[in-house]
Order: sequence, then C-alpha cells, then structure tokens
Amino acid sequence: MSEQTVTPAAPATAPAPRRALALPGFLSRSTLLRHLLLTVLAGVVLYLLTQQLDPFRNFQLATVAAYLCATAGLTLLVGMNGQLSLGHGALMAVGAYTVALTQNALADRGITGNQVLPLSLALGVLVTMAAGAVIGLAAARLRGPYLAGVTLAVAIAVPAATVTFDEVFNSEQGLSVAVEPPPLSLGRYFPNERWQAWVALCGALLTMLLLANLVRSRVGRNLRAVRDDEVAARLSGIHVARTQVLAFVVSAASAGLGGGLMALLAQSVSPGAFSLTLSLFLLMAVVIGGLGSLSGAVWGAILLVALPDLTHDSTLLVSLSPAAAQRLEGNLPLAVFGLTLIVVMIAAPGGVQGLLRRIGARARRRVPAR
Amino acid sequence: MDRFVFLTFDGLSKGAVLAAFALALVLIWRAARIVNFAQGAMAVAAAYAGYSVTTATGSYWLGFAAALLGGLLIGVVVERAVMRFVDHASPLSEVIVALGLVLVLQAVLGMVYGNEFLPAGTPFSRTALSVGDVPLLSRYDLFVFGAVLLVLVGLALLFTRTSVGLRMRASAFAPEVSRLLGVNVGGMLTLGWALASAVGALAALLVIPTELGLHPHAMDLVFVSAFTAAVVGGLDSPPGAVVGGLTVGLILSYVSGYLGSDVTPMAVLVLLLAVLLVRPGGLFSSTVARQA
Repeated sequence: MSEQTVTPAAPATAPAPRRALALPGFLSRSTLLRHLLLTVLAGVVLYLLTQQLDPFRNFQLATVAAYLCATAGLTLLVGMNGQLSLGHGALMAVGAYTVALTQNALADRGITGNQVLPLSLALGVLVTMAAGAVIGLAAARLRGPYLAGVTLAVAIAVPAATVTFDEVFNSEQGLSVAVEPPPLSLGRYFPNERWQAWVALCGALLTMLLLANLVRSRVGRNLRAVRDDEVAARLSGIHVARTQVLAFVVSAASAGLGGGLMALLAQSVSPGAFSLTLSLFLLMAVVIGGLGSLSGAVWGAILLVALPDLTHDSTLLVSLSPAAAQRLEGNLPLAVFGLTLIVVMIAAPGGVQGLLRRIGARARRRVPAR
Repeated sequence: MDRFVFLTFDGLSKGAVLAAFALALVLIWRAARIVNFAQGAMAVAAAYAGYSVTTATGSYWLGFAAALLGGLLIGVVVERAVMRFVDHASPLSEVIVALGLVLVLQAVLGMVYGNEFLPAGTPFSRTALSVGDVPLLSRYDLFVFGAVLLVLVGLALLFTRTSVGLRMRASAFAPEVSRLLGVNVGGMLTLGWALASAVGALAALLVIPTELGLHPHAMDLVFVSAFTAAVVGGLDSPPGAVVGGLTVGLILSYVSGYLGSDVTPMAVLVLLLAVLLVRPGGLFSSTVARQA
C-alpha cells in the first residue's frame, strides 16, 4: 500500500528508486498476493493487539476501524479522483440506519444471532451504494465549489429527513439497534468490546484490501487520470463521467460499511451522530492524513479517535470551572481540528503520509546506494 | 388564500435576506473566484460580536453597528491571514481551508458563548400589520426590505460610479494589467472580502431574530439556501443573486408553510440539484465555453 499516487505536494526531485525492500519475485509481480499478505499480517498483529488491550481501548480500536472504512472511501474519492464530498457523514448515516432497521426487523421476526451481521452490513452497503450512485450521477456533471455545495446540502438534508419520516426513523431520538452478544463458543466471559473490535477490524481490513487493489488496477489509474486532466483522460479513451460515478459509488459503499459498523458499535443510531460536523471531520481526517494514499486514511481515522481523547486529557490538566470545562470539552477538539486543517492545507498539503514519505526519501538519499 | 398571501410576504422577507447573503457570496466569487464556504460562520461571529455590544450597552443600534464593523474586520483578517496563502492550483484547497475556518470559528464561538441558543432582539415589532383582515408585513419585515435595498443600491453605486469600484472590478477582471496600471490588486481583494463579509454579517443580523436565535450553527442552513440562491442566479451576477434569493425565499416559505419546516433542508437540496442539472450556469448566465 506504500506505492501510491504522487501527491500534489510531492517534491519535484528525480523519482527515487522504489524497490526499497527487496521483495521476492512473485510478491513484486502480483499486487493481489502482496496486498493479501499485508492484510493477513495486519490481521495477525491486530488480533494479538486486541488480546492485550483493555475493553475501553478495544472499543476505541473498533471505532478507528469503522472510521477507517469511511476515510479510506473518501480518500479514494477526493485524493484519487479529485471529487470533493462534504456529504460522507450523511452516507454513513444511510448505512447506519439501514443496518439498524435490518437488525431490528430480523430481530422482530425472531431471526437473531451473529450470523445475520454480514447480511445486514451487506444490505447497508448496497443501500448506501444506491444513494451514492444518485449523488454521483449528479456529481459527475458538477465541478469544484458546485459539487461541494450539493454535497453540503446532502449533509444537511439527510439528518433532517429522519425528522420528516419520523415513523420510520423516530426523529431526533433515533433507533436502538438489536445486537447479539459475542457467540457463546468464544466463552461465557468473552469481553463484548473485543468482539466488536474483531467485527469492525474485519470490515476495515476487507475495505482496505479491496480499495488497495482497486487503486493499483486499471480502474485506479483511470481515476487518477481523470483527476489530473479530464481532457487528456477523455482523449485516452476513458469515459470520464462513468469513472466519476464509479468512484462515488465505491466511496459510498465504504462509507456505508463504516456507518453500519458505527451503528453496531454504538448499538443506536440518531441524526445527531451524523451531523454536518461528522462530514467535515471525515474530510479533515483524510486531508490531514494525506490525500495521496490510502495509508493517509489510516492516520486520519486514528486522529479522529485520538484527538478528542487527547484534548479531553489536556483540559483536565488545567483547573477550570465546571461550566467553562464543559464548553471547552466539546469545542476544543473542533478548534484544534480546524486549525490543523488550515495549517496542513497551507504548509503541508501532503498531510502526515506526505511528510513521512518526504522524511523517508531524505533518509534514503543520505545513505549511499551500495 | 390568506395563508398564501401571508406566506408570500414572509417568503419575500426571507428572500431579501437570502439575497443579501447570496450577494456576499457573489462578491467574493467575482473578486477571487472562491466560493466562501466560511461565509456563514464568519457572519455568525460578527452577529455574536453585535450581541455582546447590545447586551453591554443595551442599545440595538450600537450592536448593529458593531456587528457590521466586526464583519468588515473578520473579512480583512480572513483574507490577509488565511486565504492569501492558499494554493490556488486546485479548487479543492480553498473549499477545504474555508471548511477548516468554519470548524475553528464555530468552536471558538461555542467556547466563548456556549452552544445554546441565545435570544436575539429586534428593533421593531414582528407582529404583522393587517390590511383589511389579511396580515401582511410586520414593521421588522419593512426594516429588512429597507436594509437590503440600501445595501443593494449602495453596492451598485460603489461598483459603477466610484473610482474604488472601478479599480475593484479591474483587479478582478485582469489582475496583471491592473497591477501594471498602478492598482493595488491585493488591497482591492482585501476590500472585496471585507465588503462581502460585512454584507454577510448584515444578513445574519437580519435573519437570526426570525429563526431560533443566536447559535454557532445558526447560519448553516441559511448558507446552503443562499448558495442555492446564488447558483439559481448564476454565481457571477449580482442581480441574479437578488432574483435567486427572492425565488428561493418564496419557494422555501411555501414548502415550510404547506409541508412543514423540517422538509426545508430537503427542498433546498432538490432545488439546488434541479438548477445545477438543468441550467448549471444559473438563470442569468451568459453563454460560456464548456469547461471540460
């Protein structure tokens, strides 16, 4: 996953030799094998990690995984295809509400158990894909600020729709989601958070594997070609509008999965959780993480969970009146996020991943090639 | 029928505010080719400044003046300290930076004033004056119309009749040539942002008392509606922004009057999509070469 597009801010030096690690021949030839191996490795490491972490950290890990689905999809759309979406929070809401309604409907009919989870998640992904296709069809005809405006309207309209159709979505209170405890085969006292982390991580790893392969394929090259120069892409025989709709649908599918996982983790869905702020957070996470590559999405997802936690801890260090502390707690992360976003955009458009890559490239240049 | 007449006048009053806000967007678009997604947050910040002055002095008009002045200042600061440094190569950067600004402004307002709705007063009564038996307009609506009209006429005079206006138009139209001819292009850009921000602040001052009250997010929906209005009129055209604002105001008033106010956000989305898909350049666009 390290070999991705050139970010807008990539240093204009001669292309460094990419074969930093000497991979066995069959691995450097087959992208799928390489990505599969990486996924399995990541899976093993994460499995061991979940065994060590306490329940709260496991829950945070699960949240990171759920966010990762959405941020990876958004990176594909914004970073690889150049389409801006301010509505991914709303797409997550579509996935979350679909999963919630499916889980509850199945539970009402007496169909319970953890084996229905893939079914309802898949349904959530499908419905979100349909929503993404509708927005994508419109988006393919729009550029820059117009697209941003439409997706902004989506981000505001979807939470409002839960109030309009309140007999289905139960307006502001939202719905609670019927979720089964971990399977008994894992043992009676198996911590629920660890199970949640497993479910969410499976979803995230699957998303990353599929997206990484997509990005390295012909489709991925088409996406980037359209981003860099639409006219040139069209001249090379790429159907620009179709490519853009495809990017939107894939991105929506990931967001839908992320939203569905969120619903399972929180065991409830409400419009407040999927407000415009969430959409802005997601965008900010992928920008700060680095728009150029999917690894940036990982940093972004970690940041989304870690930064509110860090600011919370730092407000505890200063003694404040309860009212002031309460005001700070909700708003300080927002302010930090916003400031970081502006600074990153102006000073380091490559984000965290771009910065890491630049440091890596510099270190490699220092070491003389043998 | 009474209801229809009432909704029409209410929509026109809302539309006047949307027109002013859309005009602010158009001003910045014409000056810098940026859709200022932070406009709403900037306007709310100015409105909060006005609120502070009003509560401290007890005078609505001092607060009003302070908010307009605050709007000017916020525009200057945003342009000089942030937007000037944004890389204009990709249209995404400006939007993303503006969104970062939204997060910062709303968070700071939330920290200082809290995330509750604060009551915003009006200088005139909001009870409608009746003609015959039909309630038509309140004194406040008349004040809104007057204020927006004053701004429109003032801006039109500024851009068409004064030397500063000419210089502003020139530096937006051909920055390099203007610079050669001795126009302070950077200064004109700052002035454009300041003016737009002040007009946005005025719109916020006018609209917030008619909604739930002052809140860091008070202008979110207004921004989207005004963006729709600006798109309806074509982002390039000030008269278009006014007509677009009135049209969107009327449509939203009918929708919220007959279908319920929670349908409004969806109506905005549908309207925006319809306009963009049918006539992307807006109703007042001149024919331009298709971009890609």
